[in-house]
Amino acid sequence: MKYKESDGIVIGLEVHVQLNKLNSKLFCGCSPRYHDAEPNTHTCPVCLGLPGALPVLNEDAIVNIIKVALALNCKIEKQTLFYRKNYYYPDLPKGFQISQYDYPIAIGGKIKVNGMGGERHIRIKRVHMEEDPARLVHKGPIESSRYSLIDYNRSGMALIEVVTEPDLRSPKEAREFLNALRNILEYLDVFDDSLDGALRVDANISLAGGARIEVKNISSYKGVEKALLFEIVRQKNLARRGIKITQETRHYDEKRGVTTSLRTKEEEHDYRYFPEPDLVPLGVCNRIDEIRGSLPELPDIRRQRFVQQYEISDYHAKVITSELRLADFFETVASEVDNPLLSATWIADVLKGELNYRGLDITAFPPKHMIQILQMLRSKKITEKSAVQIIRTILDEGGAPPEIVKRKGLLKIEENIIASAVAEVIKENPAAVQDFRNGKNEALHFLMGQVMKKTHGRADPNIVNKLLREKLQCT
Amino acid sequence: MITKRDVEHIGWLARIKLTEEEKSKFAKRFNSILDYFEILDEVDPDVPPAYNISGLMNVFRADVVRDSMSQDDALGNAPKKEGEFFKGPRVV
Ligand SMILES: [Zn+2]
Repeated sequence: MKYKESDGIVIGLEVHVQLNKLNSKLFCGCSPRYHDAEPNTHTCPVCLGLPGALPVLNEDAIVNIIKVALALNCKIEKQTLFYRKNYYYPDLPKGFQISQYDYPIAIGGKIKVNGMGGERHIRIKRVHMEEDPARLVHKGPIESSRYSLIDYNRSGMALIEVVTEPDLRSPKEAREFLNALRNILEYLDVFDDSLDGALRVDANISLAGGARIEVKNISSYKGVEKALLFEIVRQKNLARRGIKITQETRHYDEKRGVTTSLRTKEEEHDYRYFPEPDLVPLGVCNRIDEIRGSLPELPDIRRQRFVQQYEISDYHAKVITSELRLADFFETVASEVDNPLLSATWIADVLKGELNYRGLDITAFPPKHMIQILQMLRSKKITEKSAVQIIRTILDEGGAPPEIVKRKGLLKIEENIIASAVAEVIKENPAAVQDFRNGKNEALHFLMGQVMKKTHGRADPNIVNKLLREKLQCT
Repeated sequence: MITKRDVEHIGWLARIKLTEEEKSKFAKRFNSILDYFEILDEVDPDVPPAYNISGLMNVFRADVVRDSMSQDDALGNAPKKEGEFFKGPRVV
């Protein structure tokens, strides 16, 4: 245990999310699908900041951010403005970033998170829109690189910033928050988190009695938890040595898993925010009802529906709805197999586990295969053990259930074959038989194991049990 | 009142190195700009701030892709480049 409640951990997050499902960037018509492209092939005068170029706002980017804000229970502001955030950095070709300051799109929302001590609401301070800076490629580590190489393909992509209140109390809670946020964005279909750089986080963390430390440049879900854990240990060690923690900005080095101090960085007032004169104000009130009406079923609502409609456990519903595609997978399977409980158990407990173990997601497993497996299981054609084996085979070697059953001889064996195996086992193990008759129940387990061994695990354990008891009692 | 220290800081923000002479010169000039702005203080402040003078609201473009520049054209204006990249100063 690296931290405890009495450490007085206070964490706030600034989460940057790319609207990477849009067709074009935020202020120009360049395509945001640059991930497999050569550097500097998705640019134009606007996103390169060439003189005279003017930004024009992408309407769908605004529709998308309103969706996000509504899904996070935020209040949409009547009037919203873009600002210039001025700082001189090679990743900003104009010398400023078009962002928001006063009058963001939305304020005051909340997200439900499974935190320390049960369900908690994490308050959202604001949601605003900005343009993504370019991608910098460093020669060597950031502290010692002599120059940077710049790829402007990312420059000008629509980026949402979600800022929380300092409500998070542990690194694990921070990760839970990100999972919940990611899940909502996925349901809204505005964000593909499989793309590199889709989500980046700056985290503020303080421990009781210490100053607030900002950790920048965390670019993965796991990275957030790791960076925060590192900070907690670092700050506690300093405190133990009597060193006072002063406010500073640190950089997270994902490869080394450490944070390092960044030398002087601009303060808030150094950004000299002022309204972007090339963009006109936005008033989106009249669009809110229409957009709210277009919102899909969100994770929390879907979880409640699953519990009610399919009568599956809240735990299973939570696991299944924690990923949009997994939830869709479940509904496809449940509609065919006609046993939601069985479907939920096999998807949430077995399949999900096997996928996690292999670092795969649900797209690696076609729903029709799950349907076939569960149908064979229901009609008692295969054992549970064989079902697991089929799932593993599909994931490791490919193939379809009927063919795998044939190839690996997994069809459950007939009762008469089990009966002869039972007879053999009884004959071969007189001592165990005697033990059972003397009231030793473990002997029955041993005999069952012997039968299963003889039948290579393809016998239905219930039938083995039944036949063994019958035989042992009447001979 | 803008001091030489302020000029130094502003120079740092713009990543511009200034000589002692320039610092004094710019301090003087910044102060005269600020003096000029004081004229605005004479205006009745009882008007709402104008964030944009066009009077327009909600100017959008449809989310449609347009052709980007070629890599050669994009890099053509770069003062410094390396391979397919622009080359810039190291970052803090
Ligand atoms: Zn562009």
